[in-house]
Amino acid sequence: MKKIETLEMINIYKSFQGVRANDNINLKVSSGEILGLLGENGAGKTTLMNILYGIYQPDAGEIRVNGHRISIDSPKASIDHGIGMVHQHFMLIQNHTVIENIALGYARAPMLFPQKKMRQSIVSFSEKFNFNIDPDKKVWQLSAGEQQRVEIIKALVNGAGLLILDEPTSVLTPQETRDFFHVLEKMRKDGQMIILISHKLDEIKKICDRVTVLRKGRVVGHACTEQMDKRSLARMMIGREVIFSFSREKMSRKEKVLDVVDVEVDGDKGYPVVNGISFEVYRNEIFGIAGVAGNGQRELVEAITGLRMVTHGRIRINDIDITNQSPRKIHNTGVSHVPEERIRFGIAPNLFLYENAILKQHHQKKFSRRAFLAYGRIKAHTRQLIKDFQVATPSINIQTKNLSGGNIQKLILGREIADKPDLLVASHPTYGLDVGATEYLRNQLLKRRAEGGAVLLVSEDLDEIFELCDRVAVIFQGKFMGILESDDSRIADIGLMMAGTKDLRTGEGADDSF
Amino acid sequence: MIHFKVSDREQISAIGTILTLVLALAAGMAAIGLIFILCNVNPIFAFRKIFSGSFGSIYGFKETLTKAIPLILIGGGLAVVFKAKFWNIGAESQLLMGAIFGTWVGLHWGPVLPSPIIVPLMFFAGFIGGAFWGLIPAILKLRFSINEVISTLMLNYICAEFLTLLIVGPWKSKKKFGFPYTDDLPDSAILSLLPGSRIHTATLILAVISVVVLAIVIYKTRFGYEVRVIGENPDAAKYAGIDFSRTTILIMVISGGMAGLAGVGEVAGIHHYLSYPDSISSGYGFTAIIVAWLAKLNPIYVIFSGIFFAGILVGGDAIQISLGLPAATVDVFNGTLLIFLIMGDFFTKNKVRLLLKERA
Ligand SMILES: Nc1ncnc2c1ncn2[C@@H]1O[C@H](COP(=O)(O)OP(=O)(O)OP(=O)(O)O)[C@@H](O)[C@H]1O
Ligand SMILES: [Mg+2]
Repeated sequence: MKKIETLEMINIYKSFQGVRANDNINLKVSSGEILGLLGENGAGKTTLMNILYGIYQPDAGEIRVNGHRISIDSPKASIDHGIGMVHQHFMLIQNHTVIENIALGYARAPMLFPQKKMRQSIVSFSEKFNFNIDPDKKVWQLSAGEQQRVEIIKALVNGAGLLILDEPTSVLTPQETRDFFHVLEKMRKDGQMIILISHKLDEIKKICDRVTVLRKGRVVGHACTEQMDKRSLARMMIGREVIFSFSREKMSRKEKVLDVVDVEVDGDKGYPVVNGISFEVYRNEIFGIAGVAGNGQRELVEAITGLRMVTHGRIRINDIDITNQSPRKIHNTGVSHVPEERIRFGIAPNLFLYENAILKQHHQKKFSRRAFLAYGRIKAHTRQLIKDFQVATPSINIQTKNLSGGNIQKLILGREIADKPDLLVASHPTYGLDVGATEYLRNQLLKRRAEGGAVLLVSEDLDEIFELCDRVAVIFQGKFMGILESDDSRIADIGLMMAGTKDLRTGEGADDSF
Repeated sequence: MIHFKVSDREQISAIGTILTLVLALAAGMAAIGLIFILCNVNPIFAFRKIFSGSFGSIYGFKETLTKAIPLILIGGGLAVVFKAKFWNIGAESQLLMGAIFGTWVGLHWGPVLPSPIIVPLMFFAGFIGGAFWGLIPAILKLRFSINEVISTLMLNYICAEFLTLLIVGPWKSKKKFGFPYTDDLPDSAILSLLPGSRIHTATLILAVISVVVLAIVIYKTRFGYEVRVIGENPDAAKYAGIDFSRTTILIMVISGGMAGLAGVGEVAGIHHYLSYPDSISSGYGFTAIIVAWLAKLNPIYVIFSGIFFAGILVGGDAIQISLGLPAATVDVFNGTLLIFLIMGDFFTKNKVRLLLKERA
């Protein structure tokens, strides 16, 4: 088969139960080019790419490769045409190892013992991209960032000439993103073509040659990135100005909400990954934990929310000891949790939207009458929620899996924030949100802070950390490298601390609190 | 070259679902017709016999309703556990255990208690018996992570042997000419029948009421919500603070208990004494799996799918007698239909296209 050189999508239409997800879309890429696909949450980006990858069939329109009309009626056909895709939600089998997952997706895998052959190529890809992945780890043991890397390798081993990346960098650290972009640039030089979906306008501007912008299922513009600045991209995307300005006046820290004392937690493999961490979070405070994925922040959050056993130390909420209590008990003391893996933990995909809007709160008085659920109140609450948090959906009576990725995230965020928790634990809350929604969400977190809530924010996005947090802890290999006030001058070294090369506890200028 | 393309179906209308169901049943019937032809039986004649034996005559329909009673009871309970993706394959023995408990109560207290007291007492005991037998695999799963498919299946054999042991040993009647039966239940412990039929009304009413209640539990209560969340996404259930152990235990109590009720109905309504396991239940616990499945795990629909499959059982008996076909005919019948129903399910979830062109 001839290598893929140009790809065109012409007059593509697609609706779901009356929702126009794609409305007369045209788009073109040629080899050696990186096309950015931009658009708000729910604009139709994933749908369009799923059509290209053979998961959905368009209602009308055609796809041309090298000028010839082709039909793509399954992902296999798509792979045969040299198209590879990394999905927005991981499509890995949790109980299989990395190597097994990659072998499964490998079109030319030998019938018997495919793992053997794969190991070599996985190791070489990992080295090439600096991915550092253990091929024998089970997927459920990997962090979101690591799973993303497995997905990328999985697409690349099939030798895709066109690589579709649906928000690949959301879970990568800045350094990883830089490395990853080097890879993309190298691929571009090799004559590959790439379609990149991202909500991070900096990235789009930096790496893409051209962009196509979607709004409400339609193309609202094509542009060369050189002629556009971030501002105008954002305007094109959501039709208004986005001003990232937050007012975070100083507030005094008096009442302690979360008190973590010398906590140790075991990871999935059974050895400790959180090695003696202590900190407090107060009312009217946003406390940030910055760090590269896989340094224990996931396990720490799971220990605080009751999903994982604490092996040593104590955790208190409002002076109530909640160490190793059940998730429900912890929730009832006033803790909400936005999980890192939203599809895996945050929702039951096949249940209706209104049923997921009360997950974890369904036992509360306001949603139930004795043993029964009060569906009237639940639906009213859901309507309010999707209005407040601008969850784009045709109705509340649809299965939650049919929402776009960003809108599922907004639903979960809305649900957890609307609960008005004393402590909101949020892992990567803006992952997958468009610029408008990101702005809104950050304001919501600040509002929660102003109302007297405490927020524990885990994020790899340093901009987000700097914008929101009163104090920042840097986690590395299960330990805090230091806790900094937001106006501390040493905050510039946060990158070094994340990489583990600077430790405030030992090096010069050690923090008093240790 | 001809080949098939299979892809996910994004959406399907209600009419489409019903249509596939009807088509699947029709295709299943056609396949069964083919089997009849292979057995040298005129399929048209056989189907007419089946229909008139089950739905087409008053006598037949009464028999159908009789057999629908245990199927509805068990199917309703199975719909609940299957919703949580707990695969209880042991309803057959949960029924038997219910029959054993109920009979014990009937034999011991029947002679001294009046009907309005002893009958509810027997049903209660039967529920406890079935629930107890259903709890064992639940606990094995929670404590030792033993797969429930294996444990429920194996417990079927244990219970059947236990029942046999009782009827040839300690519970064997002295008045039954050496047959391995227990004594007859006293009159007060025997369910009254709808005149001119074998329909034990009390159990039929109990069955209909309980599946309606179960439907309400599943779709309207907090507990039902938790069951559905566990079935849809156990990780999210854990995150949401849903108690997996408690829920698993409760649903197995419900499912086992429902099968136990069916066991009491069979003994007190039809047989009046315990005998060999396969005469107490002709595989109701297994047929009910298909019943729950055909009902799409909705307890209300179990009423209809229960009656449908009861009709097949009765019709199968009818042709067995009139055409001299072997007793296994009904099993062939059931199995074939199940395969076609599952295939129909596949077509509602996937889009399959036949392509006639050369493969690229
Ligand atoms: N299978 C489906 N059934 C019904 N509606 C759907 C389905 N898939 C997508 N939609 C709807 O189509 C619209 C576009 O969704 P899509 O996932 O393409 O958005 P997106 O641009 O990728 O957004 P995000 O940035 O949030 O990922 C949304 O309104 C969504 O609710
Ligand atoms: Mg998307």
